[in-house]
Amino acid sequence: MISFRHVSVQYADAATPSLRDVTLEIPEGELVLVVGPTGSGKSTLLRTINGLVPHFSGGTLTGRVTVDGLSTDEHRPRDLATVVGLVEQNPSSTFVTDVVEDEVAYGMETMGLDSTTIRRRVEETLDLFGLTPLRARSLTTLSGGQQQRVAIAALFAAGPRVLVLDEPTSALDPVAAEEVLASLHRIVHDLGVTVVLAEHRLERVVHHADRVVLVDDGHVSELLDPAEAMRQSQIYPPVVGLSRLAGWSPTPLSIRDARRRAATLRDDLGSREHSQVAALRAIGPQDAVRVSGIRVSRGSRVVLDGVDLSVGRGSVTTLMGRNGAGKSTLLGAIAAQHRLTSGRVTLGASAVNPHTTPPRERVRTVGLVPQQPELLIYADSVAAECAAADADFAAAPGTTSSLLDRISGGVEPTTHPRDLSEGQRLELALSVILAGSPEVLLLDEPTRGLDYGAKKRLGEVLTELAARGTTVLLATHDVELAAEVADRVVILADGEVVTDGPARDVLASSPAFAPQVTKVLLPQTWLTVAEVAAALGRPA
Amino acid sequence: MQHRARLQHPAAWWLWGLGLATAASRTTNPVLLLLVIGVCVVVVTERRDPATANPLPAFLVIGAVIVAFRVAMTALLGNGIAGQTVLVTLPRVPLPEWAASVRMGGPVTLESLLYAVYDALRLAAILACLGAANALASPRRLLRYLPATLYDVGTAVVVGLTFAPQLLTDARQVRAARTLRGRDGRGVREMARLTVPVLETAFERSLGLAASMESRGYGRVVRSTAATRRTATGLALAGLVGVLAGLYGLLDASAGGVLGLPVLVLGVLLAASSLVVGASRDRRSGHRRDGWAWTESMTVVAGAAPGAVLVVASVLGWDGVVPSQQAQLPEVPLLAVVAVLVAAAPAWFTPRPREMAS
Repeated sequence: MISFRHVSVQYADAATPSLRDVTLEIPEGELVLVVGPTGSGKSTLLRTINGLVPHFSGGTLTGRVTVDGLSTDEHRPRDLATVVGLVEQNPSSTFVTDVVEDEVAYGMETMGLDSTTIRRRVEETLDLFGLTPLRARSLTTLSGGQQQRVAIAALFAAGPRVLVLDEPTSALDPVAAEEVLASLHRIVHDLGVTVVLAEHRLERVVHHADRVVLVDDGHVSELLDPAEAMRQSQIYPPVVGLSRLAGWSPTPLSIRDARRRAATLRDDLGSREHSQVAALRAIGPQDAVRVSGIRVSRGSRVVLDGVDLSVGRGSVTTLMGRNGAGKSTLLGAIAAQHRLTSGRVTLGASAVNPHTTPPRERVRTVGLVPQQPELLIYADSVAAECAAADADFAAAPGTTSSLLDRISGGVEPTTHPRDLSEGQRLELALSVILAGSPEVLLLDEPTRGLDYGAKKRLGEVLTELAARGTTVLLATHDVELAAEVADRVVILADGEVVTDGPARDVLASSPAFAPQVTKVLLPQTWLTVAEVAAALGRPA
Repeated sequence: MQHRARLQHPAAWWLWGLGLATAASRTTNPVLLLLVIGVCVVVVTERRDPATANPLPAFLVIGAVIVAFRVAMTALLGNGIAGQTVLVTLPRVPLPEWAASVRMGGPVTLESLLYAVYDALRLAAILACLGAANALASPRRLLRYLPATLYDVGTAVVVGLTFAPQLLTDARQVRAARTLRGRDGRGVREMARLTVPVLETAFERSLGLAASMESRGYGRVVRSTAATRRTATGLALAGLVGVLAGLYGLLDASAGGVLGLPVLVLGVLLAASSLVVGASRDRRSGHRRDGWAWTESMTVVAGAAPGAVLVVASVLGWDGVVPSQQAQLPEVPLLAVVAVLVAAAPAWFTPRPREMAS
């Protein structure tokens, strides 16, 4: 279906090629998962399939890519639209129309299908993706998961034989991600569409994949069996980590397979105590953040209603919940980004009210890293950005860049911030905020687009900060990160706190938010591979 | 009468709105103008598209501001209408010799105030008609009916329409993010710093959208030659210019009402011929185009009726169409009132818009 013959891609001003000599044959009707760290060339690989690389992106492509017999050097992306559909990372930025039904019809209209065919296919597609109740809704009013399903449906309706998706579930909560994957599963199994998909959150997708391609530094492996690929991959989900620890073979990919093997491991662990990993942190009194009865409206909608929350000094708390549950708004309200309709927020030992404190002093108490960290970044090089941050926060010159050095694995100071990877950009934004040395650090959805390496570093940084007395409150969909770092988990639904308790209890008892290790080892409540390894007295 | 819930053809609502606006532009009778505004409010309340925000209140507020501004300026500066009924005398600001034609302060007469109110009310009524058309059928829906040859231009306009509000959202977000760095985001230098990230975000989004449109087949050549496309586009543009010029002629009495109609007809003919030339070659198709049933025709007639009656009335100079500015209720031509009221009929006979599914 898709064939790569000695394909290399070199962008105009890049020092090294993004893809090196890729030869690959993807057969029809397979769900192929592309696995690799950030910046390894995954996105480039996906974009060569419909010719956006090099027709749209620039750069030089040598070799030959053919899709369904059509070569991308003779056909432009728009001519391949009938054959390949490409779903981008952020669906909302790719919508052309403003209503669900029109968006689904758009591709077919550009192809000039007759209107009875369009009508029939629109109905079929809406049913297939469960979008019929939403057909007349404006696209901007949909949740993230719904938008992603509309984006996939809109491409699918045009009838391509191949669908290419770049991180379709990164921004979604676990339940919405499941819905999207179920739709994909259906079109692969029932309709024989070939799907190529890149995703950092392997724990969500790897068990759906028929084949896996590993990408590292522009080198692309052949098509591998998923279990085999996970055995050798540098990047793997927790269930695979557990399998490596326990020495299972072949490697189980789904929770179900792993549970079948886990009987002996459970017996072995049953006799051992939880090690002291999570309890090391000394948590201070519950006064770092005090939120009492706040109500926040945005537009005519009440987003938060009567939320109470208090957070202990030096602890790490995660806020979880569906897309649109009010997590970001709560963080925004604590950082005085949104006005309160009623209620009160006080921060820190000296009970600072952030809403009455001018920004210049507020940053000493509370720092927020927003969902799009690039909003915090203005300068045209990393070094200039660090210098500007030192000036903004009246910190000693060099503070920010030394923070950045410690947090990241070293970033070239002359790089333009827009050229950084998602992970590096987050690290830069975090360093900027930490230059103000706030008592309370808020992070909004920090793991979007981070690979396992970057996520692990972030987890270590947060743990270290908390150990030195900074209070960390983060909103995330990433249950694995929550399992790694959180002392406490608060679940929001529909603008209200529905669960609030120690991380282990909350995560283990929730069907949606339980991490993989817990699901495998229930009824025992282990959260992470590292914990299990420590209990067994083995290195993770 | 029961209809299946559906949205009326947007062109029908816009033609209705234009008819009513034509009527409003030909009179300064406050009773008629208030009736026009009332008709707009009634029809919008009954039949607006529930899927989009209602823009009518914003248009009404702008209208009210215009009236208030005109009254205040007239009270302060006068408007050349000499009246007998002095309401209040403001202290007069002495101005130098060379500004003798301008006065500030002095007597405020009822007549000059009434003239200002009537004239501003006319503008407010025209705005209300536009707001009503906007609320009944968003301009985006109207854009879908651009001639097939202008399809690509139409898509670009739709994209542009989302770009501006998005830019505002971006600016707000970036400004909020500035406060996270301890700046309050106010002042000229701060504004200058905001522009870079806002524009960068906007450019990035545009690139993303362009890539998406490219990979979804935007701009595919659908079996047409360059020559026919050029002819059709030329005809369509000329037609649009004709339509706009004609409408201007109709709405602006001073341009000569006779000039308006022929130019409008010519423009419509040109646009129609471009449709024919373009559509014969262009296979691009539409999904669920709204049908044109009798309710659409009746809506257009209901809008055209007051327009026609008031154009005739102003040409023949009926009493009360342009009332004198005296401290008495102006005469109200009965036929004109009836004609304006007819325009409210679509609030009842047209199909109910489909409910927004949640």
